[in-house]
Amino acid sequence: MDKKIFTDPFFRKNPITVLVLGICSALAVTVKVEPAIVMALSVTIVTGFSNLIMSVLRKTIPNRIRIIVQLVVVAMLVILVDQILKAYAYDVSKQLSVFVGLIITNCIIMGRIEAFALANKPLPSLVDGLANGMSYGMILVAISVIRELFGSGTLLGFQIVPLSWYMKNGGFYENNGLMILPPMALIIVGLIIWIQRSYQKELIEE
Amino acid sequence: MQDLLSLFVKSIFVENMIFAYFLGMCSYLAVSKTVKTATGLGIAVIFVLGVTLPVNYIVYKYVLSPGALSWIDKSFAGLDLSFLSFIVFIAVVASIVQLVEMIVEKFAPSLYNSLGIFLPLIAVNCAILGGSLFMQERGYETLTEAVVYALGSGIGWFLAIVSLAAIREKLKYSNVPKPLRGLGITFIMVGLMGIAFMSFMGIKL
Amino acid sequence: MDTNKNLYTIIYAIIMVVVVAVVLALASYLLKERQQRNVETETKEMILNSVGLAAGADDAADYAFYIESEYDKYITDTSVVSAGETLPMFVTRKDGETFYTIPLKGTGLWGPIWGYITLKSDFNTIYGIVFDHKGETPGLGAEITTHQFTGQFKDKKIFEREEFVSVAVLKEGTGENTPHRVDAISGGTITSKGVEDMLKVCISRYLDFFKSKKQ
Repeated sequence: MDKKIFTDPFFRKNPITVLVLGICSALAVTVKVEPAIVMALSVTIVTGFSNLIMSVLRKTIPNRIRIIVQLVVVAMLVILVDQILKAYAYDVSKQLSVFVGLIITNCIIMGRIEAFALANKPLPSLVDGLANGMSYGMILVAISVIRELFGSGTLLGFQIVPLSWYMKNGGFYENNGLMILPPMALIIVGLIIWIQRSYQKELIEE
Repeated sequence: MQDLLSLFVKSIFVENMIFAYFLGMCSYLAVSKTVKTATGLGIAVIFVLGVTLPVNYIVYKYVLSPGALSWIDKSFAGLDLSFLSFIVFIAVVASIVQLVEMIVEKFAPSLYNSLGIFLPLIAVNCAILGGSLFMQERGYETLTEAVVYALGSGIGWFLAIVSLAAIREKLKYSNVPKPLRGLGITFIMVGLMGIAFMSFMGIKL
Repeated sequence: MDTNKNLYTIIYAIIMVVVVAVVLALASYLLKERQQRNVETETKEMILNSVGLAAGADDAADYAFYIESEYDKYITDTSVVSAGETLPMFVTRKDGETFYTIPLKGTGLWGPIWGYITLKSDFNTIYGIVFDHKGETPGLGAEITTHQFTGQFKDKKIFEREEFVSVAVLKEGTGENTPHRVDAISGGTITSKGVEDMLKVCISRYLDFFKSKKQ
């Protein structure tokens, strides 16, 4: 099996910063690291398994209802993830609220099924799905680390910035309130793209 | 009445689908290069949201929500089908989009020529499914509320995409650092627009 | 096999729907109990917290079990009739005193906010209060859940002589320093206002009951 299937999504073909897929459902959950990690895991599981299932079924699917079959498989996986989160990670599932459901319309999932799973064997499809999910999650977690660290001074809920630094305790530091507002997620993605393209010049658009 | 107006304004400006929740970002970024196509997609989104959200509201209220089926028979009162809502909502959205496409193609070919290419894109637009999920989550109480919310968020989406397209048309004449061109600067711009929209926050009518 | 025939397509669709329905129904059936328990435990923890109990929940070996046993030990669910309405009420007996908890429901900036307020047996003095919210801005409106905010409510009064005045949530440094006010969250004005309205609306539904108790 080609190793590129696994490594490409992380940098050269990163779903968020290069292919611009799946931004919809996920940026809203990057205020804190914990929900971002759970979201990343959920997306990885759904992309992996939907790719696997669709690849197994690929020769049997009637062409006319192809899209519907994809939607049903993806929706089923997402419901399972949602139910499991509600049962075993109740606190996080509350923070994610409707955004778990929105994984269904996350373009990465449909995009990977169409572009890869329908033309490849099950095992490579599973790897492709997992790798895309993980590389997507990588960006999510990176954004959330920046936002939580500078916006709340914590990481995963642990205080990172020393409390004595804060203005109210006689220090010089104040959390950047802008970081926890939604628009900041977009600006951070923009900056990440800028950095990436400064190194990978072949990605520059004219 | 005042509540409805407040909900309407809130869903356009304060809880804008794009700037507050990033819903429908994929097509938002892909189809916002010219004002003309952006307008087409925007109108299509208003239309599809306006149709699917009330339908999903009715489906949720009379079939899926806990105890909803008791109108058929009292013995169904304990039944809770809300775990099926994701799959039912997306199925409703997909089939309505298909239906709308066929109807428009048959009865208004000129409209089809301008809107038609966007309709398939919309079936998997997060803003559409997101609208239905927010409707379920926030528990809008009447059909009117659901319709007002649908139109409001559709119009909000329309405003967002048309204004971004207008800015991007002008951006051609600016000297943007090379690695930032295209996608990068677009993200940053959307972020800045979002900050501008945040000034509507807290408006109560 | 020809996968484009009508019959094949229909059979395929039917099989798919049946399989998916069975999988989902099974998952829902197996997980339902646990999910409901999560919701219940959360409510119970909030009520306990508003009476100043269950402080050790984070250290408990079995969190859900701990909450449940604490709840059963101190609290009884009842309902009271006030102005013709039947309303929920949670009664706590601890250290020889009786406390009365009533649920609160309102709207913040982004969505619903809710909580529980516990009154002493004079139906005037606030003993404790907790809030939760769906999606208030972290660091701003979301601060209503912190002890810094809720702690201010302790020993505030909701009556001025015989008149119901509730508790006002005012900007720091404004208004008179009466037992009927607390400081709002800076930057969370709308959410603070939501808390104030919620208190007024929800408590006022119980006024008739309070009156009958006081006589």
